[in-house]
Amino acid sequence: MTLNAAPPAPTASVQRPVEVERPGIALHVRNMNIYYGSFLAVQGVSIDFEPNTITALIGPSGCGKSTLLRSLNRMHETLRNARAEGEVILEGENIYAPDADPVRVRRRIGMVFQKANPFPTMSIYDNVVAGLKLNGVNRSKAELDEVVETSLRQAALWEEVKGKIKQSGASLSGGQQQRLCIARAIAMEPEVLLLDEPCSALDPIATLKIEELMQDLVSRYTIIIVTHNMQQAARCSSKTAFMLADEKRVGHLIEYAPTAEIFTKPKEKRTEDYISGRFG
Amino acid sequence: MAQAQPLQSPAPDFTFTQERARFLRRRASNQVAGGCVMTLTVLSCAILFVLLGYIFVNGISTLFPSVEGSVTFNSDFFLKPPEPLLDGTVGGGVSQAIVGTAMILLVAGIFAVPIGLGTAIYMSEYGRGPLYRILDFTIDLLAGLPSIVIGLFILAALIGDLSVLKVFNNYSGLAGSMALVIIMVPIIARSVEQILKLVPDSLREAGLALGLPKWKVTMRIVLPTVAGGIATGVMLSLARAAGETAPVLLTILGNNFLSTNMLQPMDALPVRIYTYATSGQPDLVPKAWAGTLVLVMVIALISLLVRYATGRKRYDA
Repeated sequence: MTLNAAPPAPTASVQRPVEVERPGIALHVRNMNIYYGSFLAVQGVSIDFEPNTITALIGPSGCGKSTLLRSLNRMHETLRNARAEGEVILEGENIYAPDADPVRVRRRIGMVFQKANPFPTMSIYDNVVAGLKLNGVNRSKAELDEVVETSLRQAALWEEVKGKIKQSGASLSGGQQQRLCIARAIAMEPEVLLLDEPCSALDPIATLKIEELMQDLVSRYTIIIVTHNMQQAARCSSKTAFMLADEKRVGHLIEYAPTAEIFTKPKEKRTEDYISGRFG
Repeated sequence: MAQAQPLQSPAPDFTFTQERARFLRRRASNQVAGGCVMTLTVLSCAILFVLLGYIFVNGISTLFPSVEGSVTFNSDFFLKPPEPLLDGTVGGGVSQAIVGTAMILLVAGIFAVPIGLGTAIYMSEYGRGPLYRILDFTIDLLAGLPSIVIGLFILAALIGDLSVLKVFNNYSGLAGSMALVIIMVPIIARSVEQILKLVPDSLREAGLALGLPKWKVTMRIVLPTVAGGIATGVMLSLARAAGETAPVLLTILGNNFLSTNMLQPMDALPVRIYTYATSGQPDLVPKAWAGTLVLVMVIALISLLVRYATGRKRYDA
């Protein structure tokens, strides 16, 4: 990928109007300050993520985009000494309110990680229903079977694994494992899906599959994706947020706009510099 | 070579010779070092094999005595406690000790496994700060404690009217189990903690991101992933406890008869070996050897089980 090439034009898929099958939910972020111990990693971010929309978070390494993403379902605070201040409002409720339960938040906001992490001791089937089973949701065998099939179909993995869903999830290829993780996340029927660089360990064909999958899923979920790959952001998102760390390594939100606008006529000079490959 | 082309400068040839000499020196010192390490390795293995061979040679004739020229199996040794025979010798063997060791280990395991596992889970999944460091240090101290100190402690603290707490009226199998718990807990805690720390955090994150509470992630995702490793830790602690002599010698006293009452003096294999070996009766010494062979076989069996457990369910990070 040549960084000095002209900004990639957003493809037609972005412009395709989304037919909403199941309304996703907006996520309003207000004044988030995110810390690792005493180190302020992200400062003063306010952003409104729109429902049934793919929003890409881009920016150079260390700009805090993954940190911001992980704070959206309170995964950030599972790291030692990590904490966040501010508000993230999901359907009128602040998930950072003192009485908010992070465990419940994570059931509504699913997450897929950079490295595929299927549970190694479980079969493909059990991986998909792990969230339901371990959360003690009472479902009959037939209902679980249906959840497995629908989730794997939604994750575009069903056709490849339907004959071997009792086999270990670890036996799949990297791209299949990542789609299994997506199936596992959507089996919980979350309203928002967070993807933390889901393709960075995948080859171009597997990447393409995940991107196509996102286009299918956006009719049912609000999707927020962190990506290092600007082409990917341009190809598959309809809104893009650009983040950048200042000289004290504190991350800020620089610009947030429709993807086409960010990539063709950014308002900020720093966004333009990054998009055109002048740094980062 | 140099003489065939006299016009060439001798310098390359000279450095070649030097380089060759260095190479030979390096090769020689490498061979000497390798030879030394090899010898030492053979020596350490030889000690083990000489020891095992000696036990085998001395013990096998009691387990498989030759009666009138044919080899027989001495089932009495396994099935009966020592008993005087009509010809004035002592028959039977170690049945009460095998039963005692099994029961004492079982009870010790029932206490030690939850305590050890709980400690390991706390240290790996929750522990931080000064409390962690204190625990870490305590486990090391406990693991390094001479076992006779543990036996003496149980004796002085729990057994008899003169003891501090007077928990047991008498030497008893249960007191022996308590001593072995102290031996086993640090072994289980340390080995399981190490194995839990090998589980990648990405797996814990996957569980948390599904909206599972932390304790459920630990119990249903982290622990099953390292089930083989946990089994190894427990087995190792059992093997170690099975062979411990001082703590049981000072707490269970030993018993010539079969007893399954955990509140009364019991026998255990190491105690029985000690009793036979120090009896001063020439016909009992072969029984000590045979008992040793049985004990070694029990521990070898446990080690094999460990190999089997870890080989089957090894975790690939």
